Amino acid sequence: MGLHQTRYTGLMGWFDARMPSAMAAFRQHMSEYYAPKNFNFWYFFGSFALVVLVIQIFSGIFLAMHYKPDSAQAFWSVEFIMREVQGGWFIRYMHSTGASFFFIVVYLHMYRGMLYGSYRKPRELVWLIGWMIFAALMAESFFGYLLPWGQMSYWGAQVIINLFDTIPKIGPDLSTWIRGDFVIGDATLNRFFSLHVIAVPLVLIGLVAAHIFALHDVGSNNPDGIEIKDRLGPDGRPLDGIPFHPYYTVHDLYGLGYFFLAYCAVLFFAPEMGGVFLEGNNFIPADPFQTPSHIAPLWYFTPFYSILRATTSEFMYWIGFCAVFLGVLIYLRLQRRALRWFVAAGTFVMFCLMTVHNLRDLVDARLWGVFLMGMSVIVIALLPWLDCSPVKSIRYRPNWHKVLLGIFVAAFLILGYLGMLPPNPGRTLLAQICTAYYFGFFFLMPWWSRMGVFKPVPDRVTLAHART
Amino acid sequence: MNKAFLRLWMGTAMALCALAIHAEEAQLDKWPSGLADDQAALQRGAHTFATYCLNCHSANLMRWSRLHDIGLSDQQIKSELIFGDQRVTETMTIAMDRHDAKNWFGKTPPDLSVIIRARNTVEHGGADYVYTLLRGFYRDRSTQTGWNNVVYPSISMPHIFWQLQGPRELTLTRNEFEDVADSNGTTHSQLVQTVSMFDSDGKVKVTHTPLDHGSTGSFYQFKSLDPAAATAVNAQVADLVAFLDWMSEPTATIRHRIGMVAILYLFGFIAVGYWLNKVFWRDVH
Repeated sequence: MGLHQTRYTGLMGWFDARMPSAMAAFRQHMSEYYAPKNFNFWYFFGSFALVVLVIQIFSGIFLAMHYKPDSAQAFWSVEFIMREVQGGWFIRYMHSTGASFFFIVVYLHMYRGMLYGSYRKPRELVWLIGWMIFAALMAESFFGYLLPWGQMSYWGAQVIINLFDTIPKIGPDLSTWIRGDFVIGDATLNRFFSLHVIAVPLVLIGLVAAHIFALHDVGSNNPDGIEIKDRLGPDGRPLDGIPFHPYYTVHDLYGLGYFFLAYCAVLFFAPEMGGVFLEGNNFIPADPFQTPSHIAPLWYFTPFYSILRATTSEFMYWIGFCAVFLGVLIYLRLQRRALRWFVAAGTFVMFCLMTVHNLRDLVDARLWGVFLMGMSVIVIALLPWLDCSPVKSIRYRPNWHKVLLGIFVAAFLILGYLGMLPPNPGRTLLAQICTAYYFGFFFLMPWWSRMGVFKPVPDRVTLAHART
Repeated sequence: MNKAFLRLWMGTAMALCALAIHAEEAQLDKWPSGLADDQAALQRGAHTFATYCLNCHSANLMRWSRLHDIGLSDQQIKSELIFGDQRVTETMTIAMDRHDAKNWFGKTPPDLSVIIRARNTVEHGGADYVYTLLRGFYRDRSTQTGWNNVVYPSISMPHIFWQLQGPRELTLTRNEFEDVADSNGTTHSQLVQTVSMFDSDGKVKVTHTPLDHGSTGSFYQFKSLDPAAATAVNAQVADLVAFLDWMSEPTATIRHRIGMVAILYLFGFIAVGYWLNKVFWRDVH
C-alpha cells in the first residue's frame, strides 16, 4: 500500500499523497488550463455568471429558512423576511437583484458567443450545454417568480401555464396536471417551491459542471476566433495561452469589482429598478378574483413574450410565405431526391396549416404563437449548425455582417421593451417586424453567413495594445 | 466595427424614446420627496395615519414598536397613537370585519403596509400617486358616497379630509374622439372637448365643444374656496404620504446607509484588483 508520489511538501503533501485527484483537478482546470491571452471585456461574463449562481444559492438557502410555501402565508412571509428577520431585506434583495443580474450576465455571455463564433466546431457541445443552462434558468426563474405570491406572480404564472391549453386534445388536461388544480393554488405553489429550491438547482449545477468540463476539453475560443492549440511551443504548451490561474483568476477578480459595483448600486439604492426588477403589482397579495389590467412577465422573458403576442392570425399569412421562401431555398440546396421530396411536402403542409382557412381552425394563431415562442428559444441552440461562415470571429467577417448582428440586437431589445407594454396596433406591427427579423436572422444564416468578402485571419492572437 | 454598432445602438435608443413618449401618463402631482427622511414630518404623518386611516385600513405588517425608528418613544406611541388596548409589540390591526367592510363600502379597504410600493409602476412613483389621490377628491352627486376622485374614478373610499380641506370646485376637461352623425346620416369620428364643472355641492354643468385640432387626454383644475385650509391639508397629506412611504419599507434608511459603505468598499476592492491585475500581467506580451 504505497502512497501517491507527491510533488508537494508539508500538509499539502500529506493531503496530496492521500487524495491526488483534488490537486489534479485544480491543475487541470486552473493552474495548467491554458486560456488565450487576448480575452477582452466580453470574456468576464462567464465568471460573473458563476458568481451569481453562488449568490443565488447562498441567498436562497437563507430565504428558504423563513419562507412559507403556503398560499395563505407566502406573501406575508416574504414581507416578514423584509421587516422582522435580521438582515432579511438584504438576503431578499440579494436574491431578487441576483435573478435579474443572472439574465443580464447570461445574455451578454451568449452575445459574446455570437460575436466571436464560440459555438463553432469543436465547441458545439459547449454551446448546447450552455443553451440547456439558459433553458433551465428560465424554468428556475419562472418557478421562483410564483413564490412571493403577489398579483404579478399569480397572473404571470396563470398566463404561462395557460399556454399549454393551446395544445390540441391534451392541452387542458396537461395544464391542470401542471397546476395540480383547476386554478393556480396551494398545490401549484408547493410544487413550484420544490422545483425551485431543489430540482432545477440540481440540474443547473450539473449542467454548469458539464459546461466547464466540455469547455476545458476543447479549450477556450478567443476574440480572434483562432485555435491556440494549433501553435504549440517547444514545451507543448500553446504559444498564445497563459495558465488560467493566476492570470485570469486575478483578472476576473478585478472585473468582479465592477460587477459588484453595479450589483450593489441596484441592490442598495434601486432594488425595484423603477418597477422592472420588482413590479409594483407584486406588492399586492395574489387575488384569484381580480385580474390586473395589464399582465407582463418579468423583463428577461419579454422578448419571447413579444413574439408570442405578435403572432396574430393576419401575421400567419406572412409567416406562411416566409416558410415557403425558406422551403424553396432548402430545396435548391439539397441534392438527394428523397430529401427534396421530403422538404417540398413539409413546406406544403406547413404553408397549408399556416394559411388555409379551414386548417387554421384546427391549428389557430394562439398555438402558432406558442410554437414560434418556443422556436425563438430553440433556434438559439441550432447556431453551431446555422452559422456557415468561413471565419469564426466577427472581426474578420464582412462589415455588413456586423450590421446584421447589430440590427438583431436592436430587434431583440425592441421586442423586450414592447413585451413590457400593453399592446396597441402600432406596437404589434413593430413587434411583427422585429419577430420576422429575429427568425430571418437565424434561418437565413446558412446562406448569408457564407456571403461577402472575409478578411484574412492572423496566425497568432492579437492583443489590444498591439492592434491599435 | 464599434462605430457601426454605436450608430445602431443610438438608433435603437431613439426608437425606444419615441415609443416611451407615446405612453399615456396620468396627470400626477409630485409628492415633496424631501420629506422622506424628515423625522418631524414622519411623526406628524404617523399621527394622521393613526387618527384618520387606521380605522378602516389596517397595517398588519407594521409593528407599533417599529415607530422607534422615526423617533417616537413607547410612552408617546401608547398615549398618542394607540387608541385601543393594543400593546406596542403588536402590529397595527383593526377591529373592522372584512365582510362588514365589504358590505359597507362595496370593497374591503386594502391593507396599507406596502401600499406605496404596490402603487409603483414603470410610469409613475407610488408616493406621487397616493399624494395626488388623497388630494383629488371632489363632490359628485352621482356617486354613492357623494365623492369622486380625479385619479381613481368611482372610488369606493369617501373623502376623509373634507372638513379640513374646505369646499372646492373642479373643472374636468376631457378631449376624446366621438362618433358624430352629420346631417346626411353618416357617422364620422370627431375630436370633442367635454368640460365638466363640478361646484362645491357636487352639481355638474357639462359642455361639449367639437375641436378642429388637438390631442386626446384629460386635464383637471381644482379651485379652492378656502385656500388656507386647502394648503394646510396639502401639507398634512404630504406628511401622511411620507409616513406611508416610510412604512412600506422601514429598512430603506439602513439600506442606503449600508449601501454607501458597500460602494466605498468596492472602490477600494477595484483599486486593489487593478493593482494586482497589473502586477500579474506584467509579463504577458
